[in-house]
Amino acid sequence: MRSSSFRNSTHGRMSRSLGAGLALFVLMLSGCATGPNANPRDPLEPFNRGVYQFNDAVDRAVVKPAATIYRDVLPSPVRTGVTNFFANLQDAWSFVNNSLQLKGEAAGNSLVRFGVNTFLGFGGVLDIASEMQVERKTEDFGQTLGYWGVGAGPYLILPLLGPSTLRDTAALPVDAQGNLVAGVGDVSTRNALTTLNLLNQRSRLLQASSILDQVALDPYTFTRDAFLQSRLNAVYDGDPPDDSEPFEPTEENPVK
Amino acid sequence: MNRRFLNQWLLAVTASLFMSVSGHAADEAPDALIGRLTRESLDIIQADKAVQAGDVSRIIEVVDEKIMPHLNFQRMTASAVGPGWRQATPEQRKRLESEFKTLLVRTYSGAMSQAKNLSFSVKPLRAAPDDKEVIVRTLITGRGDPVQLDYRLEKTPGVGAGWKIYNLNVLGVWLVETYRSQFAQEISAKGIDGLIATLTERNKANAAANAKPAKS
Repeated sequence: MRSSSFRNSTHGRMSRSLGAGLALFVLMLSGCATGPNANPRDPLEPFNRGVYQFNDAVDRAVVKPAATIYRDVLPSPVRTGVTNFFANLQDAWSFVNNSLQLKGEAAGNSLVRFGVNTFLGFGGVLDIASEMQVERKTEDFGQTLGYWGVGAGPYLILPLLGPSTLRDTAALPVDAQGNLVAGVGDVSTRNALTTLNLLNQRSRLLQASSILDQVALDPYTFTRDAFLQSRLNAVYDGDPPDDSEPFEPTEENPVK
Repeated sequence: MNRRFLNQWLLAVTASLFMSVSGHAADEAPDALIGRLTRESLDIIQADKAVQAGDVSRIIEVVDEKIMPHLNFQRMTASAVGPGWRQATPEQRKRLESEFKTLLVRTYSGAMSQAKNLSFSVKPLRAAPDDKEVIVRTLITGRGDPVQLDYRLEKTPGVGAGWKIYNLNVLGVWLVETYRSQFAQEISAKGIDGLIATLTERNKANAAANAKPAKS
């Protein structure tokens, strides 16, 4: 009891000091974020756009070409195995976060999934649990904070890591602790696993990212608005409060 | 990880755009309508060879014939354009509607070939009998994680099946809301005609890019 509350307070202090640092950082930047189109959820837009451009350049120069080679060289069943392996590790962390949100059934499912896939699915390479209809419910620490009432805060694009929010960024160190790959002792094995995970995830997005280039008038705004909605939806398990102000047809602009 | 939803989202938008209708029965309950449309659309996506191959003209044909009767696409466009819609002339509104439709249809047609072995379920409807607008929630399952696909419908007594879709939500992302800021940016910078020009240019560029047989 005592040791667990001590651990919590350490974590709390860690994310608090990180949060304070970020808040300062936000204040420093918010001065330049004004304009007629300033989005209230994105006060750091000028900064974010800079990071977005940086990430995009890195992606085009390095990550996307590497992911394309990865996709073309490895056969599909191997890539599915890689996807399953990392998703299984994530299920273990989802168990912790489902438990922290007192979601009993989802926590039970996560635990069953992790057990079944680890022991019957050759360390998670095969997704036996999905064949058995055990539903996956992915939860991270940012969602746990959201569940307990922590607001998302401003939109934030992180260098190399991509779209996030102030809350989810503060949750990152905790999520990093919960990542089983981070627990691998051997540094070169750990780096190899992390790179494999990254390449595999990017290869799965190759088609989506090429569609994004076509469908978005402004890929930055498109990504932001989709990401923020998606995170809110994830925190509320698919049923967020309806705060949108629908544009209502009026007499002067009748709608059939 | 942060952008993993995007892939599924695009795939599911594609699926949702491919809804078909057979006949005009008496007014259907909204959840029954969505269930029927989803079943019929999945059948078409998975059976039609031209659709599977990403044949854009065939896809536009199917969309016009099967889907448009169940969408209030004018309301979708108006809602995405926002306050600027009031200043738009009837001619501008027509252009906006048709360019927006082309943008959506042409772009998502590329994801067709991914749709295989999909099934779905419609969640129980939470609405009062006299509600004029409802949300119908569905779940599409195939390989990988299930995809949340929700629809907003408005009551249109006597027209079509009695309900029309005016917004859709894939993995928690509403289509109209995702375009609202982008459209507002264009309008405040270049006006309504500027937005129309941008959409037209984008459609031309996409058509040229899709004409070249490029591997994603």
